[in-house]
Amino acid sequence: MTTATPTVPAGTQATEKTTRAARVRKRLNSRTATLVSIVIALVWTIPTFGLLISSVRPENEIKTTGWWTFFTNPQFTLDNYQQVLFSTSSSSGQLASYFINSLAITIPSVLFPLAFASLAAYALAWINFKGRDWLYIAIFALQIVPLQMALVPLLKFFSTGVTVAGVTVLPAWGLVDEQKFAQVWFAHTCFALPFAVFLLHNFISQLPRDLMEAARVDGATHPKIFRTIVLPLVTPALAAFGIFQFLWVWNDLLVALIFAGGGDETAPLTVRLAEMAGTRGNEWQRLTAGAFVSIVVPLTVFLSLQRYFVRGLLAGSVKG
Amino acid sequence: MEFDFAEEQPKFLMLMYGLIAFVAVVGGLLLLLDAVPAWFARRREAQLIAASASGTPLPRRRKEREGLFALFFLLPTLLLLTIGLVVPAIRTTLLSFMDRGSNDWVGLRNYGWMFSEGSIIRVLVNTLIWVLLVPLVATAFGLLYAVLVDKARFEAVAKSLIFLPMAISFVGATIIWKFVYAYRGDGQEQIGLLNQIVVGLGGEPKQWLLESPLNTFLLIVIMVWIQAGFAMVVLSAAIKAIPADIVEAARLDGVTPWQMFWRITMPSIRPALIVVVVTLSIATLKVFDIVRTATNGNYDTSVIATEMYNHAFRYGENGQGSALAVFLFVLVIPIVIYQIRNLRQQREG
Repeated sequence: MTTATPTVPAGTQATEKTTRAARVRKRLNSRTATLVSIVIALVWTIPTFGLLISSVRPENEIKTTGWWTFFTNPQFTLDNYQQVLFSTSSSSGQLASYFINSLAITIPSVLFPLAFASLAAYALAWINFKGRDWLYIAIFALQIVPLQMALVPLLKFFSTGVTVAGVTVLPAWGLVDEQKFAQVWFAHTCFALPFAVFLLHNFISQLPRDLMEAARVDGATHPKIFRTIVLPLVTPALAAFGIFQFLWVWNDLLVALIFAGGGDETAPLTVRLAEMAGTRGNEWQRLTAGAFVSIVVPLTVFLSLQRYFVRGLLAGSVKG
Repeated sequence: MEFDFAEEQPKFLMLMYGLIAFVAVVGGLLLLLDAVPAWFARRREAQLIAASASGTPLPRRRKEREGLFALFFLLPTLLLLTIGLVVPAIRTTLLSFMDRGSNDWVGLRNYGWMFSEGSIIRVLVNTLIWVLLVPLVATAFGLLYAVLVDKARFEAVAKSLIFLPMAISFVGATIIWKFVYAYRGDGQEQIGLLNQIVVGLGGEPKQWLLESPLNTFLLIVIMVWIQAGFAMVVLSAAIKAIPADIVEAARLDGVTPWQMFWRITMPSIRPALIVVVVTLSIATLKVFDIVRTATNGNYDTSVIATEMYNHAFRYGENGQGSALAVFLFVLVIPIVIYQIRNLRQQREG
């Protein structure tokens, strides 16, 4: 492809002819590159596209013919969505209920770490105290602890509380039904904090020192600087982490499985879908529509805020 | 048969409690942080006035209490990290040396079990395959695509399409691919894309996800499909950050695209490349959702994370589950050390 074009050996003089050839070659290059990259991008999208098409085909059609026959024999219906979202028979998805659970889990699970981590990141970046660097390194290092390391004891903490030498220090939470949301918020917040502090610290510590010192000289206290100077300036970083955390929580399966349980009172969409994929693996009319119900929210968030997401990704991974 | 919205009300109420708690905690903390220094300032002012009125020497300005502020700023984070991460991680390590009910110490028995039980060895091998393949393939693809798209038009759209799977949950992605791998008996019309292609080429349709070891590779495809976008975006940004004059100078020297790639692009983006490989390796080690949704770990596809979940939360084997979690942690450490050493070299070099 691009390497197949003849090349000018090193050391030849750049005459008029070769530069024109180079220009032509460059255009050719860019044309092949455009073509190939678009073809690959389309191939990449085909699986998702196939599912989307299938989700609007009648049940019988989905189960007997491939989704590509839609183009020769288009039949359109929204029944699958109607069924999977709102039907209350237990064999269908009842996804509307789980959708609300996903929302109820996600919103606080994004807000709490966002607030706590930005406070902590500010302190670690701009308040002088003993052991600051060590504390930052410790929090940074916690990022590598897999959350699997925390699951068993944390669940025990919720269900039986803390007892030291026979004395109950903290009672069991004893949550039932929708109250279990609180467990999930708690778990998600804890697990998100190391990365959140790290990411926000990257941004906050890079604010100009002069600005901070000027504010201090003017008599502004730390809380005041935090609220009136730092927060407005790092809004893009807050947005970046917010999107990260939103996608992570909305798409999470493991934490929800353990802390939310499987019932329609608390379990989010992912848990329900995974269950349907296991027990009703051949009911494609429900699975396809259900998958799209779960995809649509993160996809919208992602597409509308992609800029912030990419910026956060780069800041979080490359700056180190 | 209709969805009853009223039944959902307790959830919204709970969500509201959560939001109220959020406002109370964060607002309260900020208020406290504001009120305390203001109170100190007023007291000091009063002291100054009193001192100047009575003619006694002015009290010396005390050292600022920075540490106290920091403590309040850090309090929620430190508290939650201790309760939610540090203490549990230590406990898990201890539990891994205890029996299934966490009553008696059993020494290294759980670890011995891990390396002797045939099914678990299979799990470890699978995890190894995942960790070797996913970072390699996803990064290679991401890099090729980043180089390619750099010269192409409609760059933003093409990149978005590759990047899109990042927004889809692993569960959703697995369902998407299970549909691609779907199987209909011989003679029936195929509904899965892969079998349709196989049949179209004159082959026999297969139950892809049941055939070991092929099924593990098909699950790996899902992970690569999701993560290649991440590799591509980070590497593409690194490529764009290569100084234009270097590229221009190389071009004037008449290097081939091949030479350009190996002598200019690759050395320049090496740090980003390492970060991508490390990040993907760690994410792959912990892969859980894909395997659980696709096969639930059956048909020889299980990996450490699914096995850890099964043992700890389905079979009630706390000791064995904890041992698997600890092993997962141990596997992450060398990767991280490698990255830290690299970062240090970079700073020095």
